[in-house]
Amino acid sequence: MEYEVVIGLEVHAELSTKSKIYCSCTTEFGGEPNTHACPICIGMPGVLPVLNKKVVEYAVRTGLATNCHIAQFSKQDRKNYFYPDLPKAFQTSQYDIPICSSGHIDIEVEGRTKRIGITRIHIEEDAGKLIHDDQQSASLIDFNRCGVPLIEIVSEPDMRSAQEVIAYLESLKAILEYIDVCNCKMQEGSLRADVNLSVRPIGQKEFGTRTEMKNLNSFKAIVRAIEGETKRQIEAIEGGADVLQETRRWDDVKGISYSMRSKEEAHDYRFFPEPDLMPIVIDDKWKQEIEESLPELPEVRKKRYISEFGLPNYDASILTGSKVLADFFEEAVKKFENKKAVANWIMGDLLRLLKEKEMEVEKIPFPAEYISKLVMLIDKGTISGTIAKKVFEKMFDQNRDPEIIVKEEGLEVLSDENTLVVVVKKVLQSNSPSVEDYRKGKQRAFGFLVGQVMKETKGKANPKIVNRILKEELEK
Amino acid sequence: MEITKNTIEHIANLSRLDLTEEEKSMLLFDMKQIIAYMDKLKELDTSKVKPTAHVMQINNVFREDKSEPSYPKEKLLANAPLSEGGCFKVPKVVE
Ligand SMILES: [Zn+2]
Repeated sequence: MEYEVVIGLEVHAELSTKSKIYCSCTTEFGGEPNTHACPICIGMPGVLPVLNKKVVEYAVRTGLATNCHIAQFSKQDRKNYFYPDLPKAFQTSQYDIPICSSGHIDIEVEGRTKRIGITRIHIEEDAGKLIHDDQQSASLIDFNRCGVPLIEIVSEPDMRSAQEVIAYLESLKAILEYIDVCNCKMQEGSLRADVNLSVRPIGQKEFGTRTEMKNLNSFKAIVRAIEGETKRQIEAIEGGADVLQETRRWDDVKGISYSMRSKEEAHDYRFFPEPDLMPIVIDDKWKQEIEESLPELPEVRKKRYISEFGLPNYDASILTGSKVLADFFEEAVKKFENKKAVANWIMGDLLRLLKEKEMEVEKIPFPAEYISKLVMLIDKGTISGTIAKKVFEKMFDQNRDPEIIVKEEGLEVLSDENTLVVVVKKVLQSNSPSVEDYRKGKQRAFGFLVGQVMKETKGKANPKIVNRILKEELEK
Repeated sequence: MEITKNTIEHIANLSRLDLTEEEKSMLLFDMKQIIAYMDKLKELDTSKVKPTAHVMQINNVFREDKSEPSYPKEKLLANAPLSEGGCFKVPKVVE
C-alpha cells in the first residue's frame, strides 16, 4: 500500500531580548552555571514576576510577519508539571488565548508554492539545563537559560514530506531573522523543533495516530527523524500493530526514536490563569506601531530582486534566504549595474569559501564593495576570469582591495602584442610535435598550444589576442 | 465532576506527594466538598459573563527590557540541600 506522511511542527524560538521574560537577568548565552539567575527565575517563594514588554512586542512582530490574527486581549497561564529543570513546578505559558492565531506562511518546493497554516504563536519561558551524572546517579541543574523568553509557533498538519518541513523551517527562520526577534542558532538551542507525525494510506481522509518527536536540533536531524519515524509507523501498521499516541525521543546517533513513556501521565497539565501576571491588552494603536516598524520581509524582498534587479527566481531565493547575505548583496550592487555577476560571485565562490572554512555568513571577512570592484575589473577586461578566482581568494583571506591585489601582484591581462608574439614563438619552438599535429589537421593541438601560452604567462595573457597571434604564426 | 480515591492518587502522583491512607481519605473528604461548592456555583446563569482572567481590573503591567546584574551564585545555592560545581544537585532524573 502507498502511504502519505502528515506533519505539523512546534517550533520554539528564544527571543533575542536583553533580559529574561520576568526578571532582569541577562539572556546572554553561556556563563558559569547559575550566574545568570536570581530569586525570580529560580522560583523562590514570594517573588513577583513582571512581564518584559519586548516579549509581547516580539510575539506581535512575529504574528504580523506570519499573517496572524493578533488577540486584543490575552493572558498567561500556568502549565503544571514536575521536572527539576523548572523550579516552580510549572511553566508560565499561554493556554486558551495566545497572542497570535490563524496565520500562514507560503513556502516553495520544486517551483510550486504551498501555504502552511500557523495555528498559534504564544509566549512562554524556557527551562534550565540538566546535566546528568551517571556515576553519582545525580543530576546537576544550571538555571542560566531558565526564564529566557520563548515563542512557540505551532503549525497546522499541512506538510507532506521532509522537504516541505525544511522549506517551512527555512522560511520561518528567515522571517525571524529579518524581523530581528531571534538569532536562530540551532546549535545553541535558540531555534528548536518538535515534529508531530502520522501516516495514512493515500486517499484516506482521516489522519492516522500521531507521535511527537523531541530533541531535534539541526535540519539534518529533522530530516533523518522524519524518515526514520515514517518507516517505523508504516512497518507497525503493515505488521498489524497500532501506532500509539506518545512522545518519542529521537536519538540521532543511533538513528532511532524511542518512547518516553515516563512523560505520558505528566501530560495532565492542569492549566490555570497565572494570578501573579496581569492580562495583556494590545490595542490598535500599539499593533499599528509594531506593524509600521516591520522591515521588508523575505518574500517581498525576493519578488523585488526578480522585478527590480532582473535576477532569476533561484538567485533571488538564495540571496534573500538570509538577511545578512541579502544586505551584503544590496550593499555590493548599490552603485553597480551588473547585478547578476555580483549575485554569481556571492552564490558561487563566496558561499563555497564560507562553507569550506566553516564560517557563518555574519563573518564575511571583506567589505561588500570589493565584490563589485572585482566584477568591474573583469568587465573592463583588466583581469581574466581565471585570475579573478585567484584574486577573490586573496581578497577573502587577506581582506585586501582587489584593485590593489591586481596592481601589486601585476595580474593585469597581458594584451601587449609584441610581448605575446615573443611568447608564442617560444612556445611553438619548444613544442614542435604539436605544431606538426596541428598542421596535419588535429584541432586539439591548437588548444594545447593556447594552454602552453597561458602557462608561460601565468594565466595573464589575453586569450583573444593569443588565439589570433597563434593562428598567424602557425599559418606562416 | 466525581472525585474518587483515584483522583486523589493521580493528583498526588503528579505533584510528587507521598500520602498516607489517612491523608488520602481526609483530602478526599475536603476535595469533595470543594467540588460540591463549585457545582453549586454552576447553578448560576453565567452565559452573559465574560470569563475572569484576573480578579484585579489592571492590564499591561510591564517592565522595560533592561538587564541588570544577577544574584550572587553563592546566595542562590545557600538553601540548596546539595550543590556541586555551582549547580543544584538533585537525584538523577530519567526521561
Ligand atoms: Zn532572574
